Amino acid sequence: MSEITATALASASPVPSAKKRWVKKSVLPGFGLSLGLAALYASLIVFIPLAGLVLKSLELSLPELWEVISNPRSVASYRLTFGAAFTAAGINLFFGLIVAWVLVRYDFFGKRVIDALVDLPFALPTAVAGIALTALYTTKGWVGQWFWLADIKIAYTWLGVTVALTFIGLPFVVRTVQPVLADLESEVEEAAASLGASRWQTFSRVLLPALLPSLLTGFALAFARAIGEYGSVVFISGNMPYKTEITPLLIMTKLEQFDYAGAAALGTVMLVFSFVLLLLINLLQHWSHKRTGG
Amino acid sequence: MAGAVSSLNRKTGTAHAATSEAPWVRIVLITTALTFLALFLFLPLVVVFKEAFTKGIDVYLASVSEPAAAHAIKLTLIAAGIAVPCNVIFGLAAAWAIAKFDFRGKQFVITMIDLPFAVSPVIAGLIYMLLFGRQGFFGPWLGEHDIQIMFAVPGIVLATVFITFPFVARELIPLMQEQGKEQEEAAITLGASGWKMFWRVTLPSVKWALLYGMILCNARAMGEFGAVSVVSGKIREQTNTLPLHIEILYNEYQFAAAFAVASLLALLALVTLVLKSLLEWKAAREHELAVRAASAQ
Repeated sequence: MSEITATALASASPVPSAKKRWVKKSVLPGFGLSLGLAALYASLIVFIPLAGLVLKSLELSLPELWEVISNPRSVASYRLTFGAAFTAAGINLFFGLIVAWVLVRYDFFGKRVIDALVDLPFALPTAVAGIALTALYTTKGWVGQWFWLADIKIAYTWLGVTVALTFIGLPFVVRTVQPVLADLESEVEEAAASLGASRWQTFSRVLLPALLPSLLTGFALAFARAIGEYGSVVFISGNMPYKTEITPLLIMTKLEQFDYAGAAALGTVMLVFSFVLLLLINLLQHWSHKRTGG
Repeated sequence: MAGAVSSLNRKTGTAHAATSEAPWVRIVLITTALTFLALFLFLPLVVVFKEAFTKGIDVYLASVSEPAAAHAIKLTLIAAGIAVPCNVIFGLAAAWAIAKFDFRGKQFVITMIDLPFAVSPVIAGLIYMLLFGRQGFFGPWLGEHDIQIMFAVPGIVLATVFITFPFVARELIPLMQEQGKEQEEAAITLGASGWKMFWRVTLPSVKWALLYGMILCNARAMGEFGAVSVVSGKIREQTNTLPLHIEILYNEYQFAAAFAVASLLALLALVTLVLKSLLEWKAAREHELAVRAASAQ
């Protein structure tokens, strides 16, 4: 009802017909002010500075640019950054699904506290996470000492980097899968069961496909977050060039040596990659919404 | 753990076995989940407090109250105190335009708001360095006018604002989209002014989401490390925030002091989580009441 009145009023209101076509008419005020303010702020804080980064990297000639991007130390840092981020996102994919499952489907003591604690990596400053994980996973730490018995060093190796990135990305898979899992209709499962499917068949043929878009979204979010991570990694990685040096740290090193153009070139590589991932995540979320009809 | 299992067994019973898992599967899954969370969430949190008190309470108190730490606390509060209100104003403006109006390119704008989430914190610092650093685009001009942005408080604030840019907008946009615009339209057609509508209709209906966004924004602002570490220069008692202070202490092998300062931020994280849960609970309850009221009519 109110919608009808509103549209009627909107079309009756004396808006000049020359009004820009890209925005639909509305009785509500403040479109120009709010969008203008938001756009100005976003441009000043985000877009102009980011454009500056790309411009700066173009100060280098193409061969120079290529040298910075493709020299062995940079390539080693990409391999570590992407490899560890991918591994960490994979760990989170697997365990995140289990955690989401347990939190949605089962009841156990302390569940609500644990549910709240899942968001800890969002709330805990990365530097704190970095030193805490280092303390835990060195060869003398509470956890690291057990691995050290098996001759596995975690802190100050690529494993340590992976541990830090797993921590950072932990909430993403859980929080994207959890609501989808909670909203799944039990009828589908009952139908599968009554048609003679085993529990595992129901899970792998019915539930898993339904959860797939949200699982992939969570994976991509965790991966994107892990690639850019700096704070928690610098403490646990040991920061050895060619071995445990992530790309953000290499950018930092170049800045400290006043190699601004080199830092900008590496920054642009990461920025392009972030763009692509962001686009991918948006597509995934779009797909996921279509699948769940939400 | 034993308590968790026994209460679980009581509930499982024999009911609807076809659409739930065998008890042993449940126990394995719960144990796996809890072990994973213990290794990656619970133990790191415990170790912060354990290490903070290894040298006793006196060292702890001294570490968190010495002048450098006190200054770092102050600077952290300043940075968050500027970043949060800025992003609240932006978040409200952006959410109003996006949720209540139809315009071309809206999806693009929403994607762009997410961008700072996807960009590495180091890059967030780097971009301001390239603009305002001594060799940056505006470097010479700033130098002539004796304005210092890099290695000073304004740079730290800028980097913090960038990093926390999307938080409030991200919470408000979906909620305001879901709420639709009928109520505001009613207020306007009944003769309310724009501001009156905003204060009486819009703001009350998004207050919990706004608060939620602010809390997350604040936690990130106070804890930001990468971006701030690029632009700060890490000068003690001048441009050192709490996370940077932790790094300096840690690199000087003052582990107990580093963890003592870290425990302050860990406490902040815990308070953030508690407030967040409270708000979620409050918003869910209000939503439920609204739904019930709507169905009663």
